[in-house]
Amino acid sequence: MWKYTEKVMDHFLNPRNVGEIEDADAVAEVGNVTCGDALKIFLKVDEATKTITDVKFKTFGCASAIASSSALTELVKGKTLEEAAKVTNKEIAAVLGELPEEKMHCSVMGMEAMQAAIADYKKKHGMETAEEEEKAEDHEGRIVCKCFGVTDTKIRRVVLENDLTTLEQVTAYTKAGGACGACLDQIQEILDGIAREKQEKAPEEKPAFDSLTPVKKVILIQEIIDKEIRPALLKDGGDIELIDLEGTVVKARLRGVCASCRNAKLTLKKLVQSKLNEFVSPALTVEEVR
Amino acid sequence: MEEKRVIYFDNNATTRIAPEVFEAMTPFLTEYYGNPSSIHHFGGQVMEKVDAAKASLAALLGAEPSNVIFTSCGTESDNAAIFSALLNCPKRKKIVVSKVEHPAVLNLAKELERRGSKVSRIPVDSNGVLDMNAAREMIDEETAIVSVMWANNETGNIQDVETLAEIAHRNGALFHTDAVQAVGKVPIDLKHSEIDMLSLSGHKLHAPKGIGALYIRRGVRFRPYIIGGHQENGRRAGTENVASIVGLGKAAELAMENIGKENTFVASLRDKLEKTILEKIPKVRVNGDTAHRLPNTTNISFEYIEGESILMLLDMFGICASSGSACTTGSLEPSHVLRAMGIPYTCAHGAIRFSFSRYNTMEEVDFVLEKLPGVIARLREISPYWEAKK
Repeated sequence: MWKYTEKVMDHFLNPRNVGEIEDADAVAEVGNVTCGDALKIFLKVDEATKTITDVKFKTFGCASAIASSSALTELVKGKTLEEAAKVTNKEIAAVLGELPEEKMHCSVMGMEAMQAAIADYKKKHGMETAEEEEKAEDHEGRIVCKCFGVTDTKIRRVVLENDLTTLEQVTAYTKAGGACGACLDQIQEILDGIAREKQEKAPEEKPAFDSLTPVKKVILIQEIIDKEIRPALLKDGGDIELIDLEGTVVKARLRGVCASCRNAKLTLKKLVQSKLNEFVSPALTVEEVR
Repeated sequence: MEEKRVIYFDNNATTRIAPEVFEAMTPFLTEYYGNPSSIHHFGGQVMEKVDAAKASLAALLGAEPSNVIFTSCGTESDNAAIFSALLNCPKRKKIVVSKVEHPAVLNLAKELERRGSKVSRIPVDSNGVLDMNAAREMIDEETAIVSVMWANNETGNIQDVETLAEIAHRNGALFHTDAVQAVGKVPIDLKHSEIDMLSLSGHKLHAPKGIGALYIRRGVRFRPYIIGGHQENGRRAGTENVASIVGLGKAAELAMENIGKENTFVASLRDKLEKTILEKIPKVRVNGDTAHRLPNTTNISFEYIEGESILMLLDMFGICASSGSACTTGSLEPSHVLRAMGIPYTCAHGAIRFSFSRYNTMEEVDFVLEKLPGVIARLREISPYWEAKK
């Protein structure tokens, strides 16, 4: 049984904007029966302001696919095409509170449908610039996952947008690699490529730790603990739990093997603090909570 | 958990513990806690009950009590049977299974393939019937064991296991059947059968979860899967799960009493639901070999909509069923059984399994029939494929 939020259930049971628009200004369909979900979207656009005045959808799929479609229509109604084009799958998932990771591809399908509908509008109204046309042709990309027809372009876009790092995540968000698995090596190559690019670009645009709100500070520290520290501890049978942040003092509890280990304090100080100093702020110190 | 009316049409997933089973079990969870292996009377009297339960279960199978060992579940029985066959005959490296086996066998075969065994998978036709010619070709002198399920969990299809056992024996191979879905639903008589090993699971026939059994034909060499103490004559170590064993024994007695009912009353519930759905709802199809299937199972595809959505709307009414759709499990492809049958994707994603037991009622069937057409219509109203196809 999936854990769906109340919002997912609400959008599934009472989907907004279901239907078709007969004289739609733009129509797009993504997904197909074979894949198990498909979304058809209809837009009515005010020609002068380029604002979406009406939007309707029809969806074949599971509860989260229907809920994602419904959430998308709520997000884009009243927006200009330019604004709507920027709606990401993350925003769709946010409207729904949360989607199980395995279902994130439903939110991606919503984002794709919107972009396809906007492309359809631009094409019909001769709005495509030469550059965009070129991009549209390029947009197709190279098919990586033959089972679900997923291109490298799509994988790259979704990985960057959602900060994905693992194969399982790519499959959950795009379906790529979810059937025969023959393309998993190729997906890994794409992931490795993106990781390299990120590393090269890394030392820029990190907002100063001090300027963050307390909540953001905690989130950032938690993120680094999850990404950089816990995996190392888990490997040795231990674990770490972030308890609190007081000023620049990080309070954490060690569990499992580490908790009974004589070197616990040392491990904690050395590893945790150096990682936090490296990735978050040099000002942080660590204190063990028992 | 909320108090809500539950209509449980998912008895191939698991079943309610029969009240008589529960009653038979409770003394062994309270005062009769002795170890059946103990020398004193307090433990010894428990051993008598374990033996009695085994006799009841053996009777249901048409077997001798000495042919049966208790295990922790159907999956353990499947694993034990297949590993034993491979250990018995190291020269034979091949396992033959069907494409529609339960994961307990299918994933084990895949793992053994990784470890160096050869695996052949017998295909099925569009009704899920095994291709016997392919089976004859695949089963050869290299084959250590053939493992094919008695009845399929998703479609209820009953396979011709006796013929497969004969083919296996002609080639010097052992034959095992996963009969988890069959035991208690269709008569089984192993007295004159060529089947070498048979797996069953308690919770599919109104006994609790966590108890299973494996039948091993007299004369078949068996290598234990779980090694340790001398329990089960050294064939399955570990202190007996006494309460659950007693429960399974009681469940076997009840199954024998009710086997007629399965094929009359339970089948009538299934047939009423299936027939009315076919009449009332357009664009539906029944998957499987309707002439040879369990009396309690129907697998119905509702075209152009997706199974998880159907199940979730049914759940709002307290109706429990299962789906072969991809989305219910987190996998991205629909059920391997329906795919092996070549069911079109338009149907496979919207396949729903209803499976009944003797605890269901005709009134429940009527309730489902009252709610289901609305659920289907509502989802088709949202589906982009429906408009175009109707």
